[in-house]
Amino acid sequence: MKKMLCLFLVVMMVALLGTGCGGQESTPAEQDSTVKVGFVYVGPVGDGGWTDAHNEGKLYMEEQLQVETVIKENVPEGPECEKVINDMIDQGCNIIFATSFGFMDYAEKAANNHPDVKILHCSGYKSSENMNNYFGRMYESRYLSGIVAGMRTEANKIGYVAAYEIPEVIRGLNAFTLGVRSVNPEAVVKVKWTHTWYDPAKEKEAAKALLAEGVDVIAQHQDTTGPQQAAEESGVWSIGYNTDMSESAPTAYMTSPIWHWGPYYVSQVKAVMDGTWKSEAFLGNLKDGTVDLVPLTENAPEGAQEAVEKAKAEILSGENKIFTGPLKDNTGELRVKEGITMTDEELFGTEFMWLVEGVEGKVE
Amino acid sequence: MFRLVKRSEISRKKSIVIRLLAILLAFTAAGILLLTLDLNPLEVYASMIKGAFGSAYRVREVVIKTVPLVITSLGIAIAFKMLFWNIGADGQILMGAFAASYVALNYGDLPRFLLLLLMFVAGALGGGLWALIPGFFRAQWRTNETIITLMMNYVALKWITYLQYGPWKDPQAMGFPKIPNFTANAVLPKLFGVHVGWLIMLLLIVIIHVFLNHTKKGYEIAVLGESENTALYAGMNVKNTIVSAIFLSGALCGIAGMIEASAVSNTLSVEVSGGVGYTAIITTWLGALKPLVILLVSLLFAALLQGGSFIQTAHGIPESTALLLQGMILFFVLGSEFFIRYRVILRKE
Repeated sequence: MKKMLCLFLVVMMVALLGTGCGGQESTPAEQDSTVKVGFVYVGPVGDGGWTDAHNEGKLYMEEQLQVETVIKENVPEGPECEKVINDMIDQGCNIIFATSFGFMDYAEKAANNHPDVKILHCSGYKSSENMNNYFGRMYESRYLSGIVAGMRTEANKIGYVAAYEIPEVIRGLNAFTLGVRSVNPEAVVKVKWTHTWYDPAKEKEAAKALLAEGVDVIAQHQDTTGPQQAAEESGVWSIGYNTDMSESAPTAYMTSPIWHWGPYYVSQVKAVMDGTWKSEAFLGNLKDGTVDLVPLTENAPEGAQEAVEKAKAEILSGENKIFTGPLKDNTGELRVKEGITMTDEELFGTEFMWLVEGVEGKVE
Repeated sequence: MFRLVKRSEISRKKSIVIRLLAILLAFTAAGILLLTLDLNPLEVYASMIKGAFGSAYRVREVVIKTVPLVITSLGIAIAFKMLFWNIGADGQILMGAFAASYVALNYGDLPRFLLLLLMFVAGALGGGLWALIPGFFRAQWRTNETIITLMMNYVALKWITYLQYGPWKDPQAMGFPKIPNFTANAVLPKLFGVHVGWLIMLLLIVIIHVFLNHTKKGYEIAVLGESENTALYAGMNVKNTIVSAIFLSGALCGIAGMIEASAVSNTLSVEVSGGVGYTAIITTWLGALKPLVILLVSLLFAALLQGGSFIQTAHGIPESTALLLQGMILFFVLGSEFFIRYRVILRKE
């Protein structure tokens, strides 16, 4: 009996193969056929966060350049990623944007196996002839959002839901805390690690745990709006990340540090089309608009907009470099001496694994 | 209104008709779903097939997906034949991968063949010993193996998570929780563009086929599956048979874990099993516990997965829809099994 089933399935497959041969993969005539761009996403489009921000960039790029693109959502940060990249190359992609830290080693492997394909990896540190890494000085925006949180909190306790103990997240947390304490030296930032980028339930749970500890502002380094919902339900305030999250928490949400990937994506794809692409690390900032802060909502405290504008002007002019000494870590050890500013190597290097004074929590 | 009657015998023709209808219904139902998304179902089905078999690369990907499915299904088949419901294949894969990784990470500079052989043995032992725990409980105290094997999957998963975040974390990964990659010697070599896991798979199919059908132990397992009392009456050592068969079942899953860790992941991670341990239960069942049929079913299943992944990028179909499509096809195919075993009789008032 079971044999028959299998036989039958085979017959069916063959039959479908027959009917299927008529179909053609179509490419609209006006599209540029020299490039096809693949986007590897760690979450789903519509996560309202990280992946949405990259997808917005993709849409902007498509509009500007009329190129064919493919995407793959929910790609785990494991061997599956390499397969997804290989699949995209098999389908004719010659530019791949791998948009999560954990894709790095697999992107590197794929880049080595396909020297003619350009692979751009977001937030990592590895590069080669045909693979670069790109990221941004998100800490500038996070510092600004910290100012809003510091002015808002009444309990002088702010909760921060964070993904992993890696330099990217720690850098943001530290900048946020420095922003908080630039306007409110009494306030502390309590951090909870979730060990996931994308898990709405887990992120919300972490925010709830922080709320139970008495925080009255929730900020996040996560890809979903889970923490926002927790803040909304508790009737306190929140700061999002990646995109405008006001819809998820209309009475709690104040602002988010956000990404604008569009212009960078356009520049890179265009460079490949023109044959001028070179593997160069990219670090977007407030000045070029890659990172930004969503205009404050009415939930933000009075005077915050002005304070943010002022700090932003100082960052743009180079007057405020954020990570300038004296900086102590949260065990009291002096890490950056007075008058010294951390270099890019220090900021984006592997050694930046300590938390500034004012953060309650530790790098596990 | 109606009642269900178990069929004693069903003609070939009839079972073909039932299965044909099931497939037809599956594609019709999925087609309606696709139509609501403004997609041409025929085009999507065609590109699913193209996505699975359309190029040498895609066929290789299908084979890569087939290998762990088949080996794990073989392991599950041995247990199922004895009516030991081993739901713990996922955990056994993880523990096999863990044991193999221990060897790979600590003795990575051994000569290639020796290292891979050691990893293979370690993988089999890791999976086998992990399965032995519920096997022993069942043989000794007649505990419910479904629950225990299932729960032990989570124990295994948490164990690997612990290693990944704790003692085995790669110090070079900037704090990102991953275990270091294996050395080149610990990675299975390729033959015809696919890692040699496929050779191991073919070899195991033959071995298990012979074992189940032409050896004393295989016969004992079959008898035990039919009736434990018969086995006792025939003077078989029931405990011994249960325990050794379960060890073998887990060892096969462990081998699948070793192959995945070595050839596909090049390291150990919680993603290493990729849910194969659960998918393989379906392929084992549809494969009627017969090694050769399992190969065929697994191949088709892998093609379904690969095709489903292809249409996401080719047609911009969201992942959830692709999964829905796969689920619907599976639902109807599995559902048809019911109508082959039972018939529906409408009652006349």
